[in-house]
Amino acid sequence: MDKHKPNESRRNFLKNSTALAALTFAPIAFVKAAENDDKIASLFEKVPLQLEINGELHKLTVEPRVTLLDLLREQLNLTGTKKGCDHGQCGACTVHVDGKRINSCLSLAVMNNGKKITTIEGLANGEKLHPMQEAFIKNDGFQCGYCTPGQIMSAVCCIREGHANNPAEIREYMSGNICRCGAYPNIVDAITEVKKGGQTV
Amino acid sequence: MINFDYIKATSTKAATDARVKNASSEFIAGGTNLVDLMKRGVAGPETLIDITGLPLKQVTTDATGITIGALALNSDVTENAIIKQKFPLLSHALNAGASAQLRNMATVGGNMMQRTRCPYFYDIALPCNKRQPGSGCGASEGYNRMHAIFGASEKCIAVHPSDMCVALAALNATVQVSDSKKARQILFTDFHRLPGDNPEQDNNLQTGELITSVHIPTNNFNKSYYLKIRDRASYAFALVSVAVALEVNNGIIKTASLAMGGVAHKPWRLTEVEKFLSGKSISVDVFAQAAELAMANAKTYEHNGFKIKLGKAAIIEALTKANA
Repeated sequence: MDKHKPNESRRNFLKNSTALAALTFAPIAFVKAAENDDKIASLFEKVPLQLEINGELHKLTVEPRVTLLDLLREQLNLTGTKKGCDHGQCGACTVHVDGKRINSCLSLAVMNNGKKITTIEGLANGEKLHPMQEAFIKNDGFQCGYCTPGQIMSAVCCIREGHANNPAEIREYMSGNICRCGAYPNIVDAITEVKKGGQTV
Repeated sequence: MINFDYIKATSTKAATDARVKNASSEFIAGGTNLVDLMKRGVAGPETLIDITGLPLKQVTTDATGITIGALALNSDVTENAIIKQKFPLLSHALNAGASAQLRNMATVGGNMMQRTRCPYFYDIALPCNKRQPGSGCGASEGYNRMHAIFGASEKCIAVHPSDMCVALAALNATVQVSDSKKARQILFTDFHRLPGDNPEQDNNLQTGELITSVHIPTNNFNKSYYLKIRDRASYAFALVSVAVALEVNNGIIKTASLAMGGVAHKPWRLTEVEKFLSGKSISVDVFAQAAELAMANAKTYEHNGFKIKLGKAAIIEALTKANA
């Protein structure tokens, strides 16, 4: 973890030096460095964080500024979730938090403490693909595939939320997922097929 | 993103105390706008106060109306059965905004607190009096297709981006806010402000005040419609939008409430139009006169002149659809 961080030794020093302080003020959720250290290094220590990701409990520490998307991709190597625009405009980063679809690029990891995250890696049941994954393959619901994890995660919730009753409704409730290849008609077909198939998603 | 200190507030008082204590601090809930602004360097708080643990998510009803907690999610509000039935205008307006993912994150209070999407505000290389007071308004002489036609100033011609707020303005809502010492109410139409000489101030909240809930009074409106015109069919900010709420009996408008989005620094109530419509029989001619009246004092810039014609057409269509 963090092995590429150039200032790792300093961070460790700060962490160790403030461990006693953290114990003394146990209710404080974040570990704050000594007041007289320089601002950049001292103000911002890592915050403990516990997440259940795809059914597995992770005990982590993160800087407060790390988004859920960056945590998944950079710290946990769950690179199925894609970074498209990184500004909440494209939907490539869509994951489920406690069952709801969200843009992980606009969610600070630390604010998800204690929550259950499902990413595209957690959708299949072992080797058995999720019905939505199968439908995307069958209906050719992608070309380059970059938006596909986000599309699939969003599509699952589109059905769960009850907003996949006709093509117009699917288009409206999938509008947060942009596909620059323009696979929209086939994506709508895939979602319609799963919805009509009546499988539990 | 510049790093910051993170505090998770355990009570409203702890949150507001922390906000006052830390001059460079912000509340954060959904984060859909603030995190974006921090990534772009438009916002750079030294401390973020996470308020998502506060008990402000409930939606409750009584004889006076409905009270929506500031932390209620946009998606929960739009799907709320009572809101769908009694305040469908709010449900429709919320659904017209953002995407399903963002509505699952964004809160009612955060929706009110979101900043303008004026590109000059968002690009820190460009002048903007709202972001950096005194630096000038890039939009007034620049590319201003999305900008205000009502209530703008020499300092700022940005518009407020919310759909929800347009509906809440039309529904005569009030906002409950608290700081460490006291709670107070603000009329929704007085919550946001016009830019004037201080466009850096979007609203009339005092430092340390936190929105706790929004109240919508019970009403007799039996017709409503939210029309949003945008550059694509979904998931875009309004060029213009119109919220219409009417009480109509036997084809005669008893009371009318109208507000527009995408035209001003705040949701723009059409009070003159409301007076004009009151007591009138429903007809396309009356709607057309209402639309003329609404746009009488519009002031356009180089690229947004189309908003006058579009605004008139939108008002006529919204009134027509409400009565369909």
